[in-house]
Amino acid sequence: MSRPVLRLAAPLALSLTAALALAGCTDKAGTGSTSTGAASGTITVKATDTTCELSSTTAKAGTITFEVTNTGTKVNEFYVYGEGDRIVGEVENITPGLSRELKIEATEPGTLTTACKPGMVGDGIRAPFTVTGTAAKGSTDATVAKAIADYKTFVAHEADEFVEETAAFVAAVKAGDVAKAKALYAEARHPWEAIEPVAESFGDLDPKIDGREDVIAEGMAFTGYHRLEKDLWKDGLQKDSSAVADQLLADVKQIAEKSKTVEPTALSIANGAKALLDEVATGKITGEEERYSHTDLWDFDGNLEGSQQALAALRPVVTARNPELQKALDARFAELKTLLESHRTGEDYKSYTALTQADIKALSVSLDALAEQVAKVPGVVETA
Amino acid sequence: MTESSPLPSDTPDVEAGPAAGGGLSRRRLLGVSGSAALAGVVAGAAGTYAAGRASASEPSPASAGSTTLGLDAPIAFHGPHQAGIVTPAQDRLHFVALDVVTKDRAELVELLKTWTRAAERMTAGAEAAPGGLVGGGPNRVPEDTGEAYGLPASGLTITIGFGPSLFDERFGLADRRPAALEELPEFAGDQLDPRRSGGDLCIQACANDPQVAVHAVRNLVRLGFGVVSVRWSQLGFGRTSSTSTAQATPRNMFGFKDGTNNLKAEDPAGLTEHVWVAPADETGGGAWMAGGSYLVARRIRMHIEVWDRTNLQEQEDVIGRDKKEGAPLGAAREFDEPDFARKGPDGSPAIPLNAHVRLAHASQLGGIRILRRGYNFTDGTDGVGHLDAGLFFIAFMRNPGTQFVPMQRALAKADGLNEYIEHNGSAVFACPPGTQPGEWWGQALFA
Repeated sequence: MSRPVLRLAAPLALSLTAALALAGCTDKAGTGSTSTGAASGTITVKATDTTCELSSTTAKAGTITFEVTNTGTKVNEFYVYGEGDRIVGEVENITPGLSRELKIEATEPGTLTTACKPGMVGDGIRAPFTVTGTAAKGSTDATVAKAIADYKTFVAHEADEFVEETAAFVAAVKAGDVAKAKALYAEARHPWEAIEPVAESFGDLDPKIDGREDVIAEGMAFTGYHRLEKDLWKDGLQKDSSAVADQLLADVKQIAEKSKTVEPTALSIANGAKALLDEVATGKITGEEERYSHTDLWDFDGNLEGSQQALAALRPVVTARNPELQKALDARFAELKTLLESHRTGEDYKSYTALTQADIKALSVSLDALAEQVAKVPGVVETA
Repeated sequence: MTESSPLPSDTPDVEAGPAAGGGLSRRRLLGVSGSAALAGVVAGAAGTYAAGRASASEPSPASAGSTTLGLDAPIAFHGPHQAGIVTPAQDRLHFVALDVVTKDRAELVELLKTWTRAAERMTAGAEAAPGGLVGGGPNRVPEDTGEAYGLPASGLTITIGFGPSLFDERFGLADRRPAALEELPEFAGDQLDPRRSGGDLCIQACANDPQVAVHAVRNLVRLGFGVVSVRWSQLGFGRTSSTSTAQATPRNMFGFKDGTNNLKAEDPAGLTEHVWVAPADETGGGAWMAGGSYLVARRIRMHIEVWDRTNLQEQEDVIGRDKKEGAPLGAAREFDEPDFARKGPDGSPAIPLNAHVRLAHASQLGGIRILRRGYNFTDGTDGVGHLDAGLFFIAFMRNPGTQFVPMQRALAKADGLNEYIEHNGSAVFACPPGTQPGEWWGQALFA
């Protein structure tokens, strides 16, 4: 629950890609690029079982086209690599006698590596390839800025709600109204579960608010929501429950304010969307999170909502760059939400303990399907 | 890849010859020395093994021998039949049965295409996708899980099968169900666990390195999220059958040689008669199975603790062979034909009437034979102080209803082994014929 998943302040991808902004564009669908560099002439690549001859090893920035012909006897592949063997573009399954085309977009000058890979394995027959000049860069700045602004609005809204609902819950605890506090518990936590990747980046506020009993092993006091959960469902309210509740509200107010100051990037939003699903996979689907109240499906819903909202903000970017992925995301979110809805009874979710093994497996299968797609989003938005 | 691994067209029934000279020198040279020590390489094979290595560093045209035992070498993926059936049995197994969870036929078809491509790559020793290890850069999820990177192809074969349940109303395949593909009947003594039985699909991955086999299954499962989910999974650590005359007969968990009398790759007539589905076998909706084979899987728990405190005479009487040589009782050598009429010194049959060898022998079953390709397993404990060990029985045949079923009925009824074993998992799958480059698994079925 409290793994440090996100470091919003460090857009790692940007620093790595700044030197050489590139996008591969093979004949596969969905990798369109907005770059509009001047086209260079086609570079021919003659690939044999032992050689890899390019008609030119340099090209001007912009769209660079390679025409790869396999005159050997083995199935061949052609790769263009950036730094650290990052693939800028590749064509695979070039059977003997076949020609295939690869287009890449290079907007900055620099050195790439080309490689033919006869037989598909190994490092291939490599050579440096030089890109000169700078191409005009297509801009998605406005779209991305809007995505970020939308997500910030969502986070701020959830943060306010978190404070409001927590205040009501805390009041019930302090009034000794166990029934009311239990009724408010799951809903109060919901906004937290939706923005957890943002909020949990603030040091020990996360374990103070949301730590489970095992934080004691790390030398911390057991406080916050789960301590009160234990009191309400198992031990009964304790002498210090009221003080714990006061502290909880203070901590929640603090984290809500801090959450609003986070400056996300498209990449961090995408990674957060994935991290929320990881939370479901490791904490909620196993029934570990809410070991006394068994309100795990509420948290599940919160995580899912947060993930979906994060990706809703990125939607214009993903739709422009990989419409197929956006379609898959929509379909998988819809499936999982429908499945989750089937476990509602009125306004409330079923207790985790009321789920059958088959129910849990079905949720897990649907979650895996969704998470595999969501995991692709960071790669699509990394250069935004 | 196939282009790099010319299949000997003169041995059409042996689809699984090692692909020599496949440009795999870097990987093939890694770890070669280690695997040479693996058990099961018969003396006569050492020469061909060395030849296989030479071709790795020095690409040569078609390697002649189809039974070359280069343990690191790749096995051709494409061919008239799927690899992994008469391919000389590799040492390790990872088998999974899967349920299809999508209702969309198009998604299933797309997955079969994706799987075929990934299997083609992995059996050649390549990553599941190009640049799968690190090629996506720091922010993308790697497309290959990585644990087999740098390992040789290790004789990996990946074999797919379709279970009877796939042919219900979900995907419009009901009228494509082969007549011979039926759920197995219940046999006397069966203790089947539904969590170890059945499945819409199966993937059998065999390799000489367990990491390579597990990597293959793991990556295919991953590609299938949303379309399929794992129903059950079985690891096997040692082959229990030889499927080639170039292989020594291995021993099962009872310490006996197993599969001496197995069908072998070098017996094309026997394979045609007993293993491959002939075009005339299925003339209706199941015609796509021509060239395929049926896979029967049985998880057989062996009560090894009880067996191990059974005296040698009893053990040999139950099996019907001597323990050291593997010869039928009353005979001298492993490959001697069992003489079921022969009397022992006390006047009773030398091979007891309830001996496993007698009941499972073709001569006692109207000529029925199957190609066995099973693996030993141990899966933790049974919770009451024993190892959960046994034989994961896999067999290939032309028609389970006329081959496995009568054989198992005879065994379930009388086999002396029944006292020491129990069948707790069961499944049957139709393994379609092989593919040519550009084709995909089950293409004819979904056509």
